[in-house]
Amino acid sequence: MSSSTELKEQFLKQFQSFENTLNGERELPFHKIRKDAIEKFSSLNFPSVKDEEWKYTNINPLLSKEFKSADSIPEVYSEFIAKYLFDKKEFITLVFINGYFSKEFSEIDSLPKGLVLETISEAIKKHPKLVHNYFSKSASAEKNIFTALNTAFADHGTFVHVEENAAIEKPIQILYVTKADDIFVSPRNLFLISKNAQVKIIETYAGIGDKTYFTNQVTEFVVDQNAVVEHVRIQDEQLQSYHISTMSVDLEKSSNFSSYNINFGGSLVRNNVNVRFNDSFAECRLNGLYVTEGTQFIDNHTAIDHAKANCLSNELYKGILNDTSRGVFNGKVFVRQDAQKTNAYQQNKNILLSNDALVNTKPQLEIFADDVKCSHGATVGQLDKDQLFYLKARGIQEKEAKAILIYAFASDVVHSISMLQVRDQLEALLAKKLL
Amino acid sequence: MIEIKNLHANIDGREILKGINLTVNKGEVHAIMGPNGSGKSTLAQVITGREDYEVTQGEVLFNGKNLLELSTEDRACEGIFLAFQYPVEIPGVSNTTLLKNALNSIRKYRGEEELDAMEFLTLVKKKMSLVELSEDLLRRSVNEGFSGGEKKRNEIFQMAVLQPKLAILDETDSGLDIDALRIVANGVTKLKSPENATIVVTHYQRLLNYIVPDFVHVLYNGKIIKSGDKSLALELEDKGYDWVIEEAAEFA
Repeated sequence: MSSSTELKEQFLKQFQSFENTLNGERELPFHKIRKDAIEKFSSLNFPSVKDEEWKYTNINPLLSKEFKSADSIPEVYSEFIAKYLFDKKEFITLVFINGYFSKEFSEIDSLPKGLVLETISEAIKKHPKLVHNYFSKSASAEKNIFTALNTAFADHGTFVHVEENAAIEKPIQILYVTKADDIFVSPRNLFLISKNAQVKIIETYAGIGDKTYFTNQVTEFVVDQNAVVEHVRIQDEQLQSYHISTMSVDLEKSSNFSSYNINFGGSLVRNNVNVRFNDSFAECRLNGLYVTEGTQFIDNHTAIDHAKANCLSNELYKGILNDTSRGVFNGKVFVRQDAQKTNAYQQNKNILLSNDALVNTKPQLEIFADDVKCSHGATVGQLDKDQLFYLKARGIQEKEAKAILIYAFASDVVHSISMLQVRDQLEALLAKKLL
Repeated sequence: MIEIKNLHANIDGREILKGINLTVNKGEVHAIMGPNGSGKSTLAQVITGREDYEVTQGEVLFNGKNLLELSTEDRACEGIFLAFQYPVEIPGVSNTTLLKNALNSIRKYRGEEELDAMEFLTLVKKKMSLVELSEDLLRRSVNEGFSGGEKKRNEIFQMAVLQPKLAILDETDSGLDIDALRIVANGVTKLKSPENATIVVTHYQRLLNYIVPDFVHVLYNGKIIKSGDKSLALELEDKGYDWVIEEAAEFA
């Protein structure tokens, strides 16, 4: 039996045990979504490098591992968690450890008016209608085996519903911490942002421990008319871990969505970011940063679907790669026939800090409308020698000088994040990785 | 302060400096003049430690230390400052970031306490007036979008903050209009003290009207072929370089 079928068998078996833990919840209509998904999972194959979408991303190391489901909440040092948390007075804070909601570290009392915030398992019971209407719609389990797997095990994660006209001032931070113990976790988020609503959400994925684990994560966003969303995703998983994620975003008329997808951690990381313009005059910004070292591998696949006219997408992904690490960027932009007056800009820039680092970058624009403004570009380079000499000639030590230049390179990815605390933390995480 | 003895340097296997001898003591201002391509900027870059140049012979002592063994950054920390001919633009790095890191790195090297944000700001504001730069420059990226004159003034401003022992001004006058030239030269003159020294690299006499040199050297084809006092600069302005070159050829 190949490792890919072995891993599949493992997950199928674990689904049975998972079902047993659900008790009465198995009778809820929601469980049918899980059962359909596990069937889908069973019928799909894990991708190989022969698949165009996975050409540079060999997941065999993941497939050869064994993962069990996390069955309880382990002890995690509070110092470790504190490193990723923002000021709880200024942020609404949810912490999950090994997938389980941690009341101890969270701060969700006295939520502002217009904000519904639940764990997914609670939302299934309390808001069945909303969940039924939106869950697994934006991110379909039909074709993606990892989304199918996540959907089958959907029980841990966060449900956010911002009601019409509500502007939530406090940002919501959701921290998923995993203690490495050969386990897999399936965080699942459903974020419903109603008409004229505003919200800022930060998702953080972090890990601790020497063993391995597998985070298989899905986030669905539905952003209704005139809604404004700022979303930051920080991935700083432990270096033996595997991380596969899909974020799927549906944008309605005149909505505005900003995404910052920041990646530091993981042994093998694959992020899929899919944005659909379902109506006109919407805007989205997709910014991304990946910083790799050692033998790390980080792959970002983004796809923006300009289905309707008069929308704007602005995408900037930057990579900083050291040692023998590798990066992949694939950015698709579809501009459909109806999507006249589309503005779509895409850039991917990379700095290689060593001779053995490698990045594969592939911008992919498919344009079927004729009155559009689109551009794309990709660069791969080293630190600028003249700039480095200039800083050193002012007395700055080489290591710091390099860090300053690297931070400058990364800064335009994050400088438009409105939350100062978030920018500061990112700066600290970047400095920790560089120095 | 600095003793350069029989210095030879190559770039890409081509010899540019062919035996430079030069001694600069504290309190002195030396001008190095010469036609294009004579090796003036190379000398400035070699003293600063640019790695593109390979020193093949000779030695450079800076306050008794073997300079050629030190990295560029350590030379700067020892007190060498190069005002660049073409200051590079560094988008994303503010002038504050540059200066604060530089100043504290130098202080750390010398075993001094690092400056806190307030002390730093006070110092920087004091020095800004010297070259008539406005404070919003601090937040701007290093040299990004600066005019030629602003770039040169920024170099002198950095020099004022870092207070080097030896400042090398590489063609600081090139591309400056007369007002900017006066501002830059006044800045340099005000920074002069009995404890520091200045090497002014230029090919026009004009700057030397403002920064009066104690010694003038003519660099030609990788060697200093004539030295004199400030009157030599005026003579060069008047008669060009040919007569010095011919004179040197006769002696050779």
